Amino acid sequence: MPKDHGIGASPKRREDVRFLSGTGNYTDDINLNGQAYVHFLRSDVAHGRIDRVDTAAAAAMPGVVRIFTGADFEGVGGLPCGWQVTDRHGQPMAEPGHPVLAQGKVRHVGDPIAAVVADTYEQARDAAEAIELDIEELPAVVDMKAALRDGAPKVHDDLAGNLCYDWGFVEENREAVDKAIKEAAHVTTLELVNQRMVANPMEPRVAVGDYNRATGDHTLYTTSQNPHVIRLLMGAFVLGIPEHKLRVVAPDVGGGFGTKIFHYAEEAFCTFAAKAVNRPVKWTSSRSEAFMSDAHGRDHVTKIELALDAENNFVALRTDTHANMGAYLSTFAPSVPTWLHGTLMAGNYKTPLIYVNVKAVFTNTVPVDAYRGAGRPEATFQLERVIDKAARELGVDPVALRRQNFITEFPYATPVAVEYDTGDYNATMDKLIEIGDFAGFAARRAASEAKGKLRGLGVNCYIEACGIAPSNLVGQLGARAGLYESATVRVNATGGLVVMTGSHSHGQGHETAFPQVIAEMIGIDESMVEIVHGDTANTPMGMGTYGSRSLAVGGSAMVRATEKIINKAKRIAAHLMEASESDIELKDGQFSVAGTDKSVAWGDVTLAAYVPHNYPLEDIEPGLEETAFYDPSNFTYPSGAYACEVEVDPETGRVTIERMTAADDFGNIVNPMIVSGQVHGGLAQGIGQALLEGCVYDENGQLLSASYMDYAMPRADDLPFYTVDHSCVTPCTHNPLGVKGCGEAGAIGSPPSVVNAVVDALQSAGRDVTHIDMPLSPARVWAALQG
Amino acid sequence: MSEVRIVVNGVERVGVVEGRTLLSGFLRDGLGLTGTHVGCDTSQCGACVVHVDGQAVKSCTMFAVEADGRSVDTIEGQAAPDGTLNAIQQAFQDHHGLQCGFCTPGMVMSAAALLKENPTPGEAEIREYLEGNLCRCTGYHNIVKAILAASGQDVAAIAAE
Repeated sequence: MPKDHGIGASPKRREDVRFLSGTGNYTDDINLNGQAYVHFLRSDVAHGRIDRVDTAAAAAMPGVVRIFTGADFEGVGGLPCGWQVTDRHGQPMAEPGHPVLAQGKVRHVGDPIAAVVADTYEQARDAAEAIELDIEELPAVVDMKAALRDGAPKVHDDLAGNLCYDWGFVEENREAVDKAIKEAAHVTTLELVNQRMVANPMEPRVAVGDYNRATGDHTLYTTSQNPHVIRLLMGAFVLGIPEHKLRVVAPDVGGGFGTKIFHYAEEAFCTFAAKAVNRPVKWTSSRSEAFMSDAHGRDHVTKIELALDAENNFVALRTDTHANMGAYLSTFAPSVPTWLHGTLMAGNYKTPLIYVNVKAVFTNTVPVDAYRGAGRPEATFQLERVIDKAARELGVDPVALRRQNFITEFPYATPVAVEYDTGDYNATMDKLIEIGDFAGFAARRAASEAKGKLRGLGVNCYIEACGIAPSNLVGQLGARAGLYESATVRVNATGGLVVMTGSHSHGQGHETAFPQVIAEMIGIDESMVEIVHGDTANTPMGMGTYGSRSLAVGGSAMVRATEKIINKAKRIAAHLMEASESDIELKDGQFSVAGTDKSVAWGDVTLAAYVPHNYPLEDIEPGLEETAFYDPSNFTYPSGAYACEVEVDPETGRVTIERMTAADDFGNIVNPMIVSGQVHGGLAQGIGQALLEGCVYDENGQLLSASYMDYAMPRADDLPFYTVDHSCVTPCTHNPLGVKGCGEAGAIGSPPSVVNAVVDALQSAGRDVTHIDMPLSPARVWAALQG
Repeated sequence: MSEVRIVVNGVERVGVVEGRTLLSGFLRDGLGLTGTHVGCDTSQCGACVVHVDGQAVKSCTMFAVEADGRSVDTIEGQAAPDGTLNAIQQAFQDHHGLQCGFCTPGMVMSAAALLKENPTPGEAEIREYLEGNLCRCTGYHNIVKAILAASGQDVAAIAAE
């Protein structure tokens, strides 16, 4: 019988009612008295020298309040990078400046040159068209390897070249890995592209800046996954506003997927301009603007080599990746191809020797940063593809090859610096084979073939490191921020609770799931708990939501704060019942004295805390409000096994997903309904990457996929019903709830199984196809079929 | 500038708009009905779907002046006056057919139009009908399930919570 409340239940989401009735409060729904609108004039060339920006005619247009150019931001800080990577030789990465508005040069299509503030949005846009612009177009670099050649055009004139860093990991293993590969019985090599993606949350980014001249207070309303991070970065590094004079509000946010983590120029601009023009200033991104200004994701070019001994044991792994940074370093960009990628290269396997080389490269393209999974999908894709290729080369079952090499004992220290606390990879594989009905595949393949179609089955495993992250560890790795999370639990006099959390919900259902945890701990109804998030003015400093961290880190902070509440409440209860504190038990919202029939209700104790007439004031402060900051001691390591079954039409090359099955181990589950929903969404994004999506530039740096007419978003009829399971549970050993992250798993785990399935289908027709680069469009699959 | 009279969710509303003002803009900025969302500029995403004279329309593809004298229904008018969700809205909540909520108004309005055309559509028909509505969160699984459920069909066999 499923639970109907508390941890493990699936109550309906309380946030749904406002979203379903059109009464959400998204940033674009916020309109302030007297607000002006900004339109950004953006570069339409990938690389160019700004010779002249003449705003005189535009400034005279109707409704124009003021026009800003790069000159207005001289002396203002640039957008900071939050992570410094150290290269193979111990040197810091190249770190170019990133001005709010372009100064001297434009470096990608979409780079903002000028900003027109006007009474209406239409007036701002009209006036922007009247700005006279002389830009001398320069040769652009788009291809990463070309960008590293001698004599390539430089994205940043003040840097030695276009190399951001050349990172080796673990550098001490390099020679041993080379030797092991040289001496191995078998080496499988695969070259592949993990294509550039655009996150595309359905809500475009929006920023509204406001300034109160009387108080000197700034407020920014923004579509952010982490308002405190924006306040810190923008206040301290860009605009020089101390935190107590800067409030950042991220209200209802329509999806993030990573791209709303970062601090963007438009946020700084609106905050700056609101003071400069003494009016609120609002910017709403169009979708076309989003394609050329939201940080992109992925964009790796990789060669991977897997060495096996004569018994098919993995003995060494070497990968060589070029990672595109784009034209500037987005907030956390340097960490993605390094610490979020290299550390995952062991996957689920006991490969003893691993060496990862990553060259991060500047090009004249939109900056690239974290997108759902961030580095971990790139690691998983290459590893699970090369294992599949190895199995085919060796003529062994891909599942058996994986099982043979599984890590089976925990904790397990990988050769790439992380220690997995728990997992049971055979259990999720067993579950996958069961719920994916592998036994029935041969019959389904025969049925497809009878229709003239090819059918393939692809499998992969994944592991991810999430619940980001231990602050002292990431600090050593170059993070310029802590990665704890915070919660303040305020109990009201009549017993209701408000939790103010530094986590941010933009689709994950925290307002429903977090109260389930507190209700379980105290034994009260979930309706007595309210979650407040998204406003720096009423939440403790927290790092926000990304990296599948909200429950594992933010939830843990909430548990710690609630434990403090319960401890204090027990002391009050002990006083009220004239009993010893150590004898007090809390169950179902009642405090009782062990071994007696004495009890007081939760509400009696909370009332006493605020109406302290009969109260030990000499020993205990009145009130019932506690804050906790939780810094995890390790990442969490969710894992799983995924399977995809495809049908391929040999006439057209079109691939359809017939079955998509996911068996995950997320540790303990608070709300199974929400967890399944997270996996569904991740699967769709992973299938989207495998079959449909891809951000395309031409050789001159023109962005060819800048709308939904050109960038293929997965639609309802591209996707099947999924089969997902999270009944395999190995609880996390180091957080109080025993939970692991679930937000990114689907996107990490699905692309390799889709590609493995298509390769399987093509090989079933006798085609010697070992790899096709994503997206597996009909044209690419058809071409592969033609040999 | 032109005056428009549009019956919105059963109430006549009067506004003055530019010729280029889109219906979506008039609803959001002119009337403060911010439940209708704008997620793209090429009429692909469907977050702005409303009903005009009972037909599903992407309100970003229509000028406000084109709606003059017509009847427009938006997400704000779907629940009962006391706030009780209608059958489609309730099915979306029951089956977790939404996450961030941004595409949801358009999804609900499209689903309503579909069920008016066909009260018991099959899975394939639902998926095809939703081609003009993008969702980035749900992978569509629970949206399709919710619409099947809203039409009274048994969804017990469909996997997952």
